[in-house]
Amino acid sequence: MRLARLLDRTLVRNLLLTAAIAVVLLFVSLAITPFNNLRLASIAYYFTALAGLTVLTGLNGQISLGHGALMAVGAYTVAILVGRDGWALVPALVAATVVTAAIGSVLGVVAARLRGPYLAGATLAFAVGLPGLADRYPHAFGGENGLIIPPPQPPAGLGSAFPLERWEAWIACATALIAFLALSNLQRSRVGRAMRAVRDDEVAAQLAGLDVARTQVTAFIVSAACAGLGGGALAVVTQLAAPGAFTLVLSLSLLTGIVLGGLGSLPGALWGAIALVMLPSWSDDIANSFSLSTDVQSNLPLALYGVVLMGVIVAAPEGIQGAVRRLGRRLRPRSSMSHEEAA
Amino acid sequence: MSRFVDLTLNGISNGMIYAAVALSLVLIWRATRIINFAQGGMLMITTFIASSVIESSGSYWLGFAVALVTGLALGAVVERVLVRHVEGGPPLNAVIATLGLLVLLQAVAGMIWGGTPRSFPPAFSIRGYEVSGRHVLFGPFDTFTVLAVLGAAGLLALLFRATGVGLQMRAAAFDPLAARLQGVRVARMYTVGWALAALSGSLAGLLVAPSVFVGPNTFDAILVFAFTAAVLGGLDSPVGAVVGGLVLGLSLSYVSGYAGSSLVTLAALGILIAVLMVRPEGLFSSARRRRI
Repeated sequence: MRLARLLDRTLVRNLLLTAAIAVVLLFVSLAITPFNNLRLASIAYYFTALAGLTVLTGLNGQISLGHGALMAVGAYTVAILVGRDGWALVPALVAATVVTAAIGSVLGVVAARLRGPYLAGATLAFAVGLPGLADRYPHAFGGENGLIIPPPQPPAGLGSAFPLERWEAWIACATALIAFLALSNLQRSRVGRAMRAVRDDEVAAQLAGLDVARTQVTAFIVSAACAGLGGGALAVVTQLAAPGAFTLVLSLSLLTGIVLGGLGSLPGALWGAIALVMLPSWSDDIANSFSLSTDVQSNLPLALYGVVLMGVIVAAPEGIQGAVRRLGRRLRPRSSMSHEEAA
Repeated sequence: MSRFVDLTLNGISNGMIYAAVALSLVLIWRATRIINFAQGGMLMITTFIASSVIESSGSYWLGFAVALVTGLALGAVVERVLVRHVEGGPPLNAVIATLGLLVLLQAVAGMIWGGTPRSFPPAFSIRGYEVSGRHVLFGPFDTFTVLAVLGAAGLLALLFRATGVGLQMRAAAFDPLAARLQGVRVARMYTVGWALAALSGSLAGLLVAPSVFVGPNTFDAILVFAFTAAVLGGLDSPVGAVVGGLVLGLSLSYVSGYAGSSLVTLAALGILIAVLMVRPEGLFSSARRRRI
């Protein structure tokens, strides 16, 4: 009885869920090849950024085309602190999160005054403009070539044969789990409910006593922090922070990820992250088996992103997670369904 | 001083190009309350087609004409096939759908023409006029740019004010329901509006291509500049778009000349945010503010 009541608490349930996922990820990373561990690491850092973005866009109704640039902020922070100043990894990742959150708070104040297409245009300008800084200040940011980060060293306690890729996957998965835990609690909290209320009807939310602008700025800060953390993990895994990795295409891929997975859903962010990592390699396979030219091959994932963005919005606005939920509802017995509806 | 004159002249000719793209954004915004984020991709495709036609036929003007005609057709097709599904829906849906089109067009261009930007010929010499023994940063091609954009804007203004189609288009944009009751075919007017907007965009693509080259991503910044110019002008007014384009062209030319060309897009962002903070609905807009 007491256990049941404890399980009713959001924090406890989310902690248990996160721990369970961590255990599963641990075994998965032990079982798979180094190459697949790298893929796992990529899925994890994409998930971190996508989870933040889906909270902003799906839960709070603000669009951002600037999250690729925010990932760049996190990546460059880690690159400068670890590569140049010799910081340890964890404080550097924390710093990346904090720095990006600070920049996100500035963007958020601007964003809280803008709506729909205006917000999209302003964040688009941010995404296109920011990589120019690396070019303008090559001394600090390494110009077109970017900054190199030394590969993270697995602790000696894990044995000398411990593969680097598995260690990178652990780092990236740890950041993803932290983001998941924080965001899944936020969703169910007072702040999360305020975000949804503001998304659905700003006037009604304000009449109910919510501070609309503050809620929107909070959402932007949280979302930017996740993007910074994800970007920092990306820099650690790829051992590089260069402007070429953070073009407008990255921002648009992130948008594709959350739209495909289902706006506002954390499991949806996972579907999106898997798609962003696996689509390029699947399209390589397709291109190889049909012996398509390299121009076609390298642009196939991009073409799929475009089709996904248009197709999902026009035909299935709830994305993959919406379809999964519908399927789950259909499979569940009738009685519990009517119970749920009554509740 | 001569540098300042050069930057000013260069700013005017760039500004007219931004104005042409801004005009295409404004035309669509007025009619359907949608910002066409695919505009940069659409003008990229028509400019690539022009490049191929010029290469195979050897005639610049044939390529020029083909680009304008495909622009017109592309705009109409995009409206009929894609945009019609998101018109009148949540604003976010239209943003995402047009961004999807942008990504698809960039991918298709990369598949057909490859990722390396290629050069594009200007219609006339880009060598500056000689003024008292010095070549200024303004040549015959810049004159052509200014005249072409002003001419296109003038023709559009004439179309809207002096023809029956223009009146119907304005009616459809102003009050779709009332217009439909008066027998205006509102959906068709939207299609015509998108076609005209894409035409203006492809003109801008042909004019800017000699300086930025033609590649799948080379027009990303143009879209940012055009959006900034359109917002400067209030998004609602074609005259505002042209004025906004000029103001932005001049400002960015000075930034590029005195602070470095890699900061130009960030400067545009700064201007955009400054304008939106002071007047969230744009400088010249008469739109009513949405206040709670």
